[in-house]
Amino acid sequence: MKKRSFEESAQRLEEIVRLLERGDAPLEEAMALFEEGTGLMKTCTTLLDRAEQKVRKLTAAPDGTPVEQAFDGEGAE
Amino acid sequence: MSGNTVYTVSQVNRYVKSLLDGDQRLSGLFVRGEISNYKRYPSGHHYFSLKDSEGAIRCVLFRREAEFLRFQPENGMTVIAFGRLTVFPRDGQYQLYCSRLTPDGVGDLHVAFEQLKAKLYGEGLFDPAHKKPIPRYPQKIALITSPAGAAVRDMLRILKARWPLAEVVILPVRVQGAEAPGEISAALRWAGEHAVADLIITGRGGGSMEDLWCFNDEQVARAIYACPIPVISAVGHEPDVTISDFVADLRAATPSNAAELAVPDQAELRAALTGLEERLTGAMSRRLERERTRVERLAERRVLSDPMAPIQDRRVLLDYQRERLANGLKGTLSAQRERLGRLSAALDAMSPLKVLGRGYAIAYDGAGTVVRSVEQAVPGEKLDLRLRDGTLRCTVEGVNQTEGANHEETEL
Repeated sequence: MKKRSFEESAQRLEEIVRLLERGDAPLEEAMALFEEGTGLMKTCTTLLDRAEQKVRKLTAAPDGTPVEQAFDGEGAE
Repeated sequence: MSGNTVYTVSQVNRYVKSLLDGDQRLSGLFVRGEISNYKRYPSGHHYFSLKDSEGAIRCVLFRREAEFLRFQPENGMTVIAFGRLTVFPRDGQYQLYCSRLTPDGVGDLHVAFEQLKAKLYGEGLFDPAHKKPIPRYPQKIALITSPAGAAVRDMLRILKARWPLAEVVILPVRVQGAEAPGEISAALRWAGEHAVADLIITGRGGGSMEDLWCFNDEQVARAIYACPIPVISAVGHEPDVTISDFVADLRAATPSNAAELAVPDQAELRAALTGLEERLTGAMSRRLERERTRVERLAERRVLSDPMAPIQDRRVLLDYQRERLANGLKGTLSAQRERLGRLSAALDAMSPLKVLGRGYAIAYDGAGTVVRSVEQAVPGEKLDLRLRDGTLRCTVEGVNQTEGANHEETEL
């Protein structure tokens, strides 16, 4: 499975739950959906558990292109 | 000046001017009045009169001072002007040279705010149709604000708690003072040009109306409007409303509130995920239960309880069909045989040999043609008479036509 963003994973998961709840998919397909859903559930939870916010200061280089720098909460009182 | 000297106009004007200019009280005074005949010249100077119910004073506000105006003077507006009173020698009129103009009753900032709001509203900058949707799960958020101070810390704290998945970049700008509007609007444009984020929050913490003023700046308002990235404005405290709030795609009451509006709350999402998980497993186990019941019901049916039954059924059917086939064949055969007998009897009955056997003869002429009529033969002609068992060679002795015999009939 390709790597999905949280948003994509959550959307697909909702879709899978809806499909399963409708209950008209052939059993084999339902089993595959369930497996995919369980995997997505894990993906989403892992994404949340492992997330560590990246905070950077962004300034313009002389040519105007963005340059990221560490942000240390400069001058914070 | 003495009574019998004749003066030039200029001399009089100069004299009056010197009197007025020498009066300390006229060198700096506040005058309250209603603006009328307001005109702004291409030179940038503003000319108007201040009047009350009984009179008027001509006033001028030079371009240099007019640049500091934070509102647009209009006829009918009551203002307090500060300036010096002197004579304009060219037409001999005295006028007030204003250095400051303040709307009476309300602060000029407030008036400027209302005027800019009305102007931008008129231009459609607040049009809800133009507002861009805020992404539900922003991946990169740009904070255009001061890198110091409480506002940025509050936002970072809340963003981290709610949605650590998003990257945050801080575009440091001044949010107070004369340079602030230029820096903020430049940062907005730059952020848009380089697509540095998929959501922007711009704002600052609370302060006086003057402190927040950069977010009432027209240039900032237009930069927000033009920004291709959705912008949340986050200025001051709850009751503070700025022009930026009206133009932004979403108005937040405070910087903290902006951070809350910008990202989903992972606590809620985790709860939602748990809910989805329950629904997922619930749906699957119901499905499995349903399949199990179906299998059990099927198992109770004869096809499964007595698996040989359908084979036996088929065998019986096969026998029956074989029987039918054999009978069918038999029937067809005897019918055909019967038909054949009938046909050969008919054929036999029609055989010329059989007819000859009953005593008839067939006459052929010399060319072998059957002679059907007496008219076909002449006396002396030789004919062959074909009998049942042979041929007689004969000579016609004479021709007697049967009376009434129609040769048409003989043709048959």
